[in-house]
Amino acid sequence: MSALDDAWARAERLPDAVLVAGYIVALWLVLAVVAAAVGGQQATNLAAGFVGSVTLLIGAYALLTLALNLQWGYTGLFNIGIAGFMAVGAYTTAILTAPVNPSTAGGVPGFGLPLWVGLPGGMVAAAVVGAVAALPALRLRADYLAIVTVALSEIIRLFVNWRGAAEVTYFGQTFGTGGATGIGFKSPRRVVADLVTGVGQPVVSAAQSVGVSAPNVVNIAYGLGLLVLVAASFWLLNRLVESPFGRVLKSIREDETVTQSLGKDTRLFKIKAFMIGCALMGLAGALFRGNAGYISPAQFRPTVTFYIFAALIIGGSGSNTGSILGAATFTALLFYLPARLGENLPTFGASSPGNIIDAVGPLGALNPGPLVAYVAGNVSTLRFVLIGVVLIYIVQHRPQGLLGYRNEPAASVDLSRPRADDGGETDE
Amino acid sequence: MSEPDTAEPMSATATDVPTTSDAVDAPLLEVDGLRKEFGGVTAVDGASFRVAPGSLTGLIGPNGAGKSTTFNCITGIHEPTGGTVRFDGQDVTGLAPYTLAKRGLVRTFQIARELSEMTVLENVMLAPPGQRGESATRAVLPGLREQVQEAEREVVDAAWETLDFFEIDHLAHENAGSLSGGQRKLLEMARVLSTDPEMVLLDEPLAGVNPTLEEKLLDRVDELRRDGLTFLLVEHDMDVIMRHCEHIIVMHQGQVLAEGDASTIQSDERVLEAYLGGDV
Amino acid sequence: MGIAKSVSEGRQLAVERPGVGVLAVVLLYLVADLLVKLSGTTVLAFGVPLIGGSLSTGSLLSMILDGLLVGLAVGLAGIGLSMTYSILDFANFAHGDTVTAGAFLGWVAASLTATIGADAALSERFLFDTGRQLGAASALLPILVGLVVAAIGTVAVVLLIDRLTYRPMRGADNISLLIASIGVALALRYLIAFVFGTQTSGVASSSVRFLILPGLAVTDNELALLFVSVSLMVGVHLLLQRTKLGKAMRAMADNEDLARVTGIPTGRVVRFTWILGGALAGVGGYLLVLESGTISFNFGWILLLLIFAAVIVGGIGSIYGAMAGGVLIGLVDSLALIWLPSGLTRAAAFAVLIVVLLLRPSGIFGGVSTA
Repeated sequence: MSALDDAWARAERLPDAVLVAGYIVALWLVLAVVAAAVGGQQATNLAAGFVGSVTLLIGAYALLTLALNLQWGYTGLFNIGIAGFMAVGAYTTAILTAPVNPSTAGGVPGFGLPLWVGLPGGMVAAAVVGAVAALPALRLRADYLAIVTVALSEIIRLFVNWRGAAEVTYFGQTFGTGGATGIGFKSPRRVVADLVTGVGQPVVSAAQSVGVSAPNVVNIAYGLGLLVLVAASFWLLNRLVESPFGRVLKSIREDETVTQSLGKDTRLFKIKAFMIGCALMGLAGALFRGNAGYISPAQFRPTVTFYIFAALIIGGSGSNTGSILGAATFTALLFYLPARLGENLPTFGASSPGNIIDAVGPLGALNPGPLVAYVAGNVSTLRFVLIGVVLIYIVQHRPQGLLGYRNEPAASVDLSRPRADDGGETDE
Repeated sequence: MSEPDTAEPMSATATDVPTTSDAVDAPLLEVDGLRKEFGGVTAVDGASFRVAPGSLTGLIGPNGAGKSTTFNCITGIHEPTGGTVRFDGQDVTGLAPYTLAKRGLVRTFQIARELSEMTVLENVMLAPPGQRGESATRAVLPGLREQVQEAEREVVDAAWETLDFFEIDHLAHENAGSLSGGQRKLLEMARVLSTDPEMVLLDEPLAGVNPTLEEKLLDRVDELRRDGLTFLLVEHDMDVIMRHCEHIIVMHQGQVLAEGDASTIQSDERVLEAYLGGDV
Repeated sequence: MGIAKSVSEGRQLAVERPGVGVLAVVLLYLVADLLVKLSGTTVLAFGVPLIGGSLSTGSLLSMILDGLLVGLAVGLAGIGLSMTYSILDFANFAHGDTVTAGAFLGWVAASLTATIGADAALSERFLFDTGRQLGAASALLPILVGLVVAAIGTVAVVLLIDRLTYRPMRGADNISLLIASIGVALALRYLIAFVFGTQTSGVASSSVRFLILPGLAVTDNELALLFVSVSLMVGVHLLLQRTKLGKAMRAMADNEDLARVTGIPTGRVVRFTWILGGALAGVGGYLLVLESGTISFNFGWILLLLIFAAVIVGGIGSIYGAMAGGVLIGLVDSLALIWLPSGLTRAAAFAVLIVVLLLRPSGIFGGVSTA
């Protein structure tokens, strides 16, 4: 245990980017080991599948936790309408890029624009909706803002789900949300797949020679693409908050009245932070939920918002590094891995009974098999219980998150004393 | 002209104090008929007073006299129910705290409000006005960020100087939340003075500060006054008030009961009565 | 003079707070439109229907009945949320799942009681798989047993959760408590899913219909909901007005510091808050299932925002407000159908929630929170 603590302490002193990258690689290795243990002859391809899925999840959640960290971790804006802002981004992207003449029957026509227009369009739309919501709501106390934002996100979801918004024609242009069925559009994954099968063909061939299927190569490539976006956002957000701007955000979180008393127009700062965060949420909504080029309202229920909160709290809100670590921990260890383990848990020959009574009943005859099989069959349900318990535990015992307390000053330059020549007193 | 009648006999006895008449001639801060009600309770009930530029004016009164509410109304934390506040010749009634701070009117809080999850240095570095890097684009964009960093280096230097002066430099990298009560008071002073103010409202800045430092703080206040700063001071330590303030305003039950110099106030029976019979 | 005064006050309000003015205009329009619709005429302006349409009195009355029934149950469930919000000072996001827990406990008890001696396996009786759907008239005893178990069982669940989660955090800030409640919500919801599965089960179905007016019928299950919720609300009223504990709770809801100074035993009040709030939440959930007929592991979670709407519209901390807010939100949810397409009525209820929080965060009955 102490060796583990020691290793963790040493890891914490690494540069943050190295720490994050190392952590993600370590998670890949864990998944590869699990795949090797259960995969038999298919182990390599299974590992590639695991790694691909988890990388997509880590990338998407990291974008979302980074966005939430700017709003809540830095500025103290308790936004639990993330699902709604994801929906605005994803739907705008979808409507902008859906083909003008959809090939599938019942498909909703769109504007047929390329993704490089659609994705920024989605970000702008999410930011604008964020600003409209923020203008009146940002003066509310934190828990009221929370309720307003979650209500807004439900209104957005109900709206895109509404039959009346499914397909409309204005100024000769037909478009819409597709209602409850959803909408197909230019798949971001398709772009990556084209790259992989085109320029990346040698890589695909090499992967196939060790037993990894082409779709899994695309999966991994798409996940890595998201990680590149995460890295870019991390770099950008770190610059943003390690500055006088970030200093004001932090001080708003701590005490808005004091911040105002020191001459800062806090409303402007709050709106800016909120809009930037919402834009990033919109982008993540399109690339995560819409990765396969199809979205529907059911993907934007408020539950996803709470998973993002759980991820950020686990990592430690207020730290961009912690945000990514939290996203990785949550998605890989709490969300993805338990489900895979459950599929492969040994059940000692018992088949899973269909219900809890038939699982518990045989315990009377000292036969735990059915219960074990039932638990194994329901791990994907139980992992949410685990997530809930972890969340409670962290709030109670480790509110600073995985990394513990970290001193990450909001300044753009070195903060040590200008000249350490007086009195020989050094602070480090 | 709208001096409360209670002050009439006072100005007669205080003819030898020039600051009083200065205050009337060209006040920096002018509070006229200020009222503030919370629900049905009247906390400030028509208070009027003036503060002369460059002065150290004391604001005293028993608990519940309305001093803190008056501060809150002047600095935009509360919107007054009635009356006007003029600063530097302009009507500033009900303006937002940040607008007032930008104009040079700042305050400290009775219970020190440190930004607890920020370091002491960050607390002070927040204060300087007009920092280039407070623009999100400048903070991020290559080219512009370098300018931000250049400006920031000066902010860091100045912040260290301020911390040195207030003798909290050894705490620079500590979280402000871990400071003692007295240290928080110092931090708050350091922070508010870093905003480059014209006038500072100090709400019990000396509570919990050790005597040597207290003297040093008061010396610093005197020094800043010579540079042209104006101070309005709420303080419970009568000794400090009487020794350092050339003009003293006494509030009682939301109104100005008396004003004048130390000897005038000390010899005023109503002031004594207010304190003894006060609702402490 | 009275009217002139209120008109001028209204004008002043509209000038000072433009949001309120706009709202008043919208409400006036809706009322006028409703009256014209009932008369069956349409007023056109430049060929575009301005107001009116057609709406039969019967369908209006049945919408009102629907809204009232759902609203009463939501209001009942909302009392607990309102009390924990004001007395413990946090928004309890696990309250919806508490409602679900109560409903499951109650309906399992009802199902087991109703199928005593029936030719069915325990698992079928436990998981509502016997094909038997209960109605208040035909299965009164099982439904009463279920009602009692829903109340008592939910109290036990809530006290256990308080013990494990919130009590160790007493004194924590309200956002930490809110986050902890999100954890509780997840754990509770998926424990229910683990035990009962994720399918939707039909458990209740009315056995008798009474025709009150042409086009307006009420079922035995709806009558049961009406009767139980109204009597519980009267009961809560008496409890708050007549008993010492009730008065202490009202004082606490208003101002915890004050209550502490005046020597009301805070710990006891907090426990009683959970007991009363939990019992009412459980009963509320049970009754909602009685009315809708179906139960699933996440129905309370889906309902949570509606309960929040009721509590906030009624004013946080106000118990009567929660009841009135519940009925109001229920009516909005149901009557919005007159103006909005069916997919958007729930959105209207949430919009009311947002508007109230923005314009009048103390609730529409604002300020008079004590009771």
